[in-house]
Amino acid sequence: MTDTLSTTRQASIERTQRIRSGLRRRHMGEAIFRGLGLAAIVLALGFVALLFVDVVRKGVPAFTQSNLHLVVNFDPELLKVDPAPAPTAFASQAEYNAASLKWQRDVAMLNWNKVVEASLRAAAPAGFDIDSKQILTIAETDARHDIRELFVADPSLLGQTVDVDVLASANAANWIKGNIDRSLGDAQQQLSAPARALIDTFVENGTISNGFAWSIFTNVDSRAAPASAGLLGAFVGTLWMMLIVIVLAVPIGVAAAVYLEEFAPKSRWTDLIEVNINNLAAVPSIVFGLLGAAVFINYMHLPISAPIVGGLVLTLMTLPTIIIATRGALLGVSPALRQAALGMGASRTQMVFHHVLPVTFPSILTATILGIAHALGETAPLLLIGMKAFVASVPLTPIDQATALPVQIYLWQGNENRNFFEPRTAAAILVLLAVMIVLNGVAIYLRSRLEKRA
Amino acid sequence: MDMVAGKVKMTQQSVKSAMNPTDMLERPIRLTARDVTVHYGAKQALYGISIDIPDRAVTSFIGPSGCGKSTFLRCINRMNDTIEGAKVGGTILLDGEDIYDPALDVVELRARIGMVFQKPNPFPKSIYENVAYGPRIHGLARNKTDMDEIVISSLRKAGLFEEVKDRLNEPGTGLSGGQQQRLCIARAIAVGPEVILMDEPCSALDPIATAIIEELIDELRENYTIVIVTHSMQQAARVSQKTAFFHLGNLIEEGVTEDIFTNPVNKQTQDYIMGRIG
Repeated sequence: MTDTLSTTRQASIERTQRIRSGLRRRHMGEAIFRGLGLAAIVLALGFVALLFVDVVRKGVPAFTQSNLHLVVNFDPELLKVDPAPAPTAFASQAEYNAASLKWQRDVAMLNWNKVVEASLRAAAPAGFDIDSKQILTIAETDARHDIRELFVADPSLLGQTVDVDVLASANAANWIKGNIDRSLGDAQQQLSAPARALIDTFVENGTISNGFAWSIFTNVDSRAAPASAGLLGAFVGTLWMMLIVIVLAVPIGVAAAVYLEEFAPKSRWTDLIEVNINNLAAVPSIVFGLLGAAVFINYMHLPISAPIVGGLVLTLMTLPTIIIATRGALLGVSPALRQAALGMGASRTQMVFHHVLPVTFPSILTATILGIAHALGETAPLLLIGMKAFVASVPLTPIDQATALPVQIYLWQGNENRNFFEPRTAAAILVLLAVMIVLNGVAIYLRSRLEKRA
Repeated sequence: MDMVAGKVKMTQQSVKSAMNPTDMLERPIRLTARDVTVHYGAKQALYGISIDIPDRAVTSFIGPSGCGKSTFLRCINRMNDTIEGAKVGGTILLDGEDIYDPALDVVELRARIGMVFQKPNPFPKSIYENVAYGPRIHGLARNKTDMDEIVISSLRKAGLFEEVKDRLNEPGTGLSGGQQQRLCIARAIAVGPEVILMDEPCSALDPIATAIIEELIDELRENYTIVIVTHSMQQAARVSQKTAFFHLGNLIEEGVTEDIFTNPVNKQTQDYIMGRIG
């Protein structure tokens, strides 16, 4: 009896020892795995941080613009034009319109560069030696339009002196911000030596000062006047596409998922459809662009470069994402809830719309917003449907020509004036990232809010 | 603690004295099942079940896990229709009407035959909305006052009103397990069913909540035909007047509860009741 007892005891001690000897290895395995996991996170975060630091470092300077404060004299000597026609002097509205149009044409034909040059010279130290061509490189080319528009709006300015803020040229901004190496010789500088000297003088005497670059948000793209190039057109184009994607992809995607998951009989056909939808989600986006060009533009004759086509293409791209996410969410609804509804005598449709969809709504919403955000960052398909055209207007309808934020980034990235557009590109990236962060934030906020309510 | 124990005891006593066996047998028959079979795909789950279920009494189905008692219960309100690949054969009559008649709308059937599930499954909505849902989809309330009345009386009948009257707008999922189950019973009652099916309604509850539900079942018997599936033989003995024993998809024996528990005819029933199988 004691013998068996001691053998059992012995066996138990041996077993414990065996377990103990393996423990070290087990703990080590665990520690290694944890270390690897941590390293993976550090690496991933490192890359993200690198991206952000780089973009922010490059982009933030682009949010300041160099303003040129000019005292403009609407000198009658330079502006030889008849007084603006007065409405009262004409018998009919049509006659007045014709005369007014003629006057505006006359105003436009005047050499406004002379006015700009005179204003610049007035700000320069007396007797500063610089020729007309050189001094005009300091102001952005659209400065003359700004000044002309002031005059068209108020013809009584003739002979008066007015303070006007215009933008310094992109080259001047480069010089001021140090985007270009100051030690380079004249041959490699965009601006002549006198112009560079005058710019420095202007900065010293306060004629040029830096301010927040509202122009990025309020202006459309521009090639002739790079300093005034802005994102408004691209932003509105993106908004139109977002609207189209939301209006089309969300209802179609959710309805398709609900039908497949809740109503369709399980058969070989539904399996086939499911496989195809999953594959569709993995189709390269450029293929969707090709499809858009072939179907929407070539066959359906929708306008080229229009947000309607972009929106349709992105809808096609987003649909599989929304369908898959919605099906996943529906699949996750507990059978107890379905049984409860059916057991109460709810029809299948009532079960879906009264109980299943409300419960899954937060996750469907989140997935949808993320899908849309993903689509809005898409560039490749838009290139193929003409949305990389240079468009210098805000699209007022979805069939107007437009571009989109990511495409604008692509376009600026390719601009010849590297020194000026590299920061601009980074700034545009920051704006796009901000839009994405806002969308994601909305998704997170809505999700937590709706889940709390449920 | 003492009070609770007293309550449990009282429940048992009140149930025991409920109805005498001969009385039970004279009750009119509400539900009749003849040769009911169920296949899940190639697998047969039920073999020719025939049973009569008396009006305004509690009938319990007992048997070991997987014996087909829940499957049969789910045939009675056609919940098996919702399972892919399930095929039901034979006939089930509710007041002489075939419930598998293609002309009969399953929505109407489920309004007449309510169901309470194993795990309390209130809707993730307010207590009020939980109870009001059935009457709303079936169009039973003409106006808000009507609806309030239905909700309150249903909660009262389920013995829950006093506990929740101050928080009708709070989510039903915030209640305790036992309260949730009573809410589910109130929800079923609100539609005014004739039959209530209960699929192991107490298996997820603690003994105290169980005792309260059992007492409730006993009260509901006055007005409803109740069929209850239970794992617990004690529960079947306490609450039911008629008991049916299922084993491996067959109905082995049925009869007045007292008879089944005191002198079962079949050997398998005997073994199960004595705890030798199951």
